[in-house]
Amino acid sequence: MAHGPATLADGWGKYISRWVFTTNHKDIGTLYLWFSFAMFIMGGAFAMIIRAELFQPGMQLIKPEFFNQMTTMHGLVMVFGAIMPAFVGLANWLIPMMIGAPDMALPRMNNLSFWILPFAFAILTSTLFMEGGGPNFGWTFYAPLSTTYAPDTVNYFIFGVHIMGASSIMGSINIIATVMNMRAPGMTYMKMPLFVWTWVITAFLLVAVMPVLAGAVTMMLMDINFGTSFFDAAGGGDPVLFQHVFWFFGHPEVYIIILPAFGVVSQIIPTFSRKPLFGYSSMVYATAAIAFLSFVVWAHHMFTVGMPIAGELYFMYATMLIAVPTGVKVFNWITTMYRGSLTFETPMLFSIAFVILFTFGGFTGMMLSIAAADMQYHDTYFVVAHFHYVMVAGAVFSGTAAVYYWLPKWCGKMYNETMGKVQFWIAFIGFNITFMPQHFLGLAGMPRRYADYGLQFADWNMVSSIGAFMYGGAQILFLFNVIRTIGWGKPTDDPQVWEGAEGLEWTLPTPAPYHTFATPPEVK
Amino acid sequence: MPARPKNRMLLVKLTALAAAMFVFAIFVLPPLYDLFCEITGIGGKTDGAYTAVAVEVDTSRDIEVQFVATNNATMPWDFYPIEERVIVHPGESRAVAFYAHNRTGQDMLGQAIPNVLPNNAADYFHKTECFCFNNQPLAAGESAELDLVFIVDPDLPASVNTVTLSYTMFDITDRTAVQVSQVQ
Ligand code: HEM
Ligand SMILES: [Cu+2]
Repeated sequence: MAHGPATLADGWGKYISRWVFTTNHKDIGTLYLWFSFAMFIMGGAFAMIIRAELFQPGMQLIKPEFFNQMTTMHGLVMVFGAIMPAFVGLANWLIPMMIGAPDMALPRMNNLSFWILPFAFAILTSTLFMEGGGPNFGWTFYAPLSTTYAPDTVNYFIFGVHIMGASSIMGSINIIATVMNMRAPGMTYMKMPLFVWTWVITAFLLVAVMPVLAGAVTMMLMDINFGTSFFDAAGGGDPVLFQHVFWFFGHPEVYIIILPAFGVVSQIIPTFSRKPLFGYSSMVYATAAIAFLSFVVWAHHMFTVGMPIAGELYFMYATMLIAVPTGVKVFNWITTMYRGSLTFETPMLFSIAFVILFTFGGFTGMMLSIAAADMQYHDTYFVVAHFHYVMVAGAVFSGTAAVYYWLPKWCGKMYNETMGKVQFWIAFIGFNITFMPQHFLGLAGMPRRYADYGLQFADWNMVSSIGAFMYGGAQILFLFNVIRTIGWGKPTDDPQVWEGAEGLEWTLPTPAPYHTFATPPEVK
Repeated sequence: MPARPKNRMLLVKLTALAAAMFVFAIFVLPPLYDLFCEITGIGGKTDGAYTAVAVEVDTSRDIEVQFVATNNATMPWDFYPIEERVIVHPGESRAVAFYAHNRTGQDMLGQAIPNVLPNNAADYFHKTECFCFNNQPLAAGESAELDLVFIVDPDLPASVNTVTLSYTMFDITDRTAVQVSQVQ
């Protein structure tokens, strides 16, 4: 084992420094994935606290101040700590193997971009234990809630956001450089697997908008500490400006979350349909179109701020336009399955659920994009239901599918299929029990982000909480299944793992060796 | 080019893009937003001090100007317009006043922020003199009449017959402690 990675057998010191100083894309991918799972558990725990409090009307378990910190931290941790790092982890593991590169283009920066992330979240989480409590202004941190009325710990929050922004930007630059410069001979752009395509486009989105987020928190910092008035009307500023800056980042951000998920299911569905992906090039163009449109629709989050009618109409139509390329994608996934010889292994189940539930979330998005109707839906549980259908049944389901799909390739062991399927059904049913009723609550007028609610909302809230506990339980099963696989799974050395799998990563030995494609493969 | 220098080049370019977007967010977006609001009149922001030009008073039109005064958040002052509405002819210069009283036992500093509705009237509502151009120091228990002189532009769109001018009074005592001592 001269050049292999240090294992526990080499002693703790060597083993720990392997992980701390690693520049290997597979190691860093693993670190990202475990970190993201840890954040997923933490954000999930916050969600359980929220749903436990909302189980019944009235205040039972926690104080309203703490409730606000929980909703805020849940959103921040899930978006920036769980979903985004999960996909960066997948990118690290898979992109070099998919395009025939020996490693990422900038391995040392890769190490840095991961290792600053735990610090960002340690800082953010530590505010919960400080005087004044953690951030309590919602994950969208609208000024003046996050400036004039913020707890004193807001400066830690700002620092944390800066660090994770820097991490994302470095990660994205690395991915772009890898894809543009490190492809194996013959791997032209239009031969790249869709996961790679969706990730480069995502990386460009990230490089363009994470600095805008950094700008938003920097302006907050200056308003709070240095007497400027970007967002303060008393000094000639405008709180509505904050919302424009935030959503100029925020809407592309939701596509940053979903595009790599599109990539994942575009890999999995053809495998278990035993057919090539239908409409490959239209998938690429649709992804690019969605990314472009995501820059020009941000104010659909702000229909109620008092925009002039021309603005309302423009943002309404532009938002509806996004449904066209999105529809192309859904059509292609379904057509790929049509007349395929389908089998329903766990990754496929999660992918099919993704297609169905994501489309449902897209439909509620269309409802929200109607400016006149959004006056009623805005800031109700209907919006909460909408974005959990696209983010949980979208991004999280696809991430789960990805782990099951590539886990055998990563560690050379098969997961337990029965347990995977049980997890899927608990997650699928639990998810719908949680979030379907939230549509009804929202339409009936229940506002989001409150610790208590009127009695008329009691029944559906109880149902929703029960579903949430179910969904949470499914994640414990997931963790158990993954650990069981790595430790005690049935060994396999079939390079292809799945009968219908295509692509360079499946030509490598199973488990994937520590260094792969030291000499680039020939792509025909 | 071999991969390493190519990667460096790309790293430099993309970092520059990220830096440019950061600069864009802080130094371009806010002025752009203000400019956009000014051009379109959205947000009801009024201009600064206006130097009156000789125009003919349009006695054929009566415009009702309403005044609204609001305290922001925890501002404890009494603050209201002495006349709630006046009728003016476009082109005519008119002086009105607001009343402000600091009921607390503490010297305070206020700042009034104006806003005009409907939006398309904002560009045609000129203030030649306004207390809102400066901040307002009021000693403990002190009260003051705050002056405003305005002209409604004869070019005010024909569809507008009523203009509402609203002021929100902000407490800026803490923020500019230095300024307070200068003003007094
Ligand atoms: C056809 C596609 C979509 C349309 C038309 C759409 C439309 C909208 C609209 C109009 C709102 C604002 C609702 C309101 O606040 O009143 C909204 C909120 C939201 N959407 Fe979507 N959406 C779509 C897809 C997505 C996707 C793919 C994601 C993320 C993966 C997403 C994530 C969100 C989030 C996070 C919010 C709420 C933000 C907040 O206020 O906290 N949406 N959507
Ligand atoms: Cu959006």
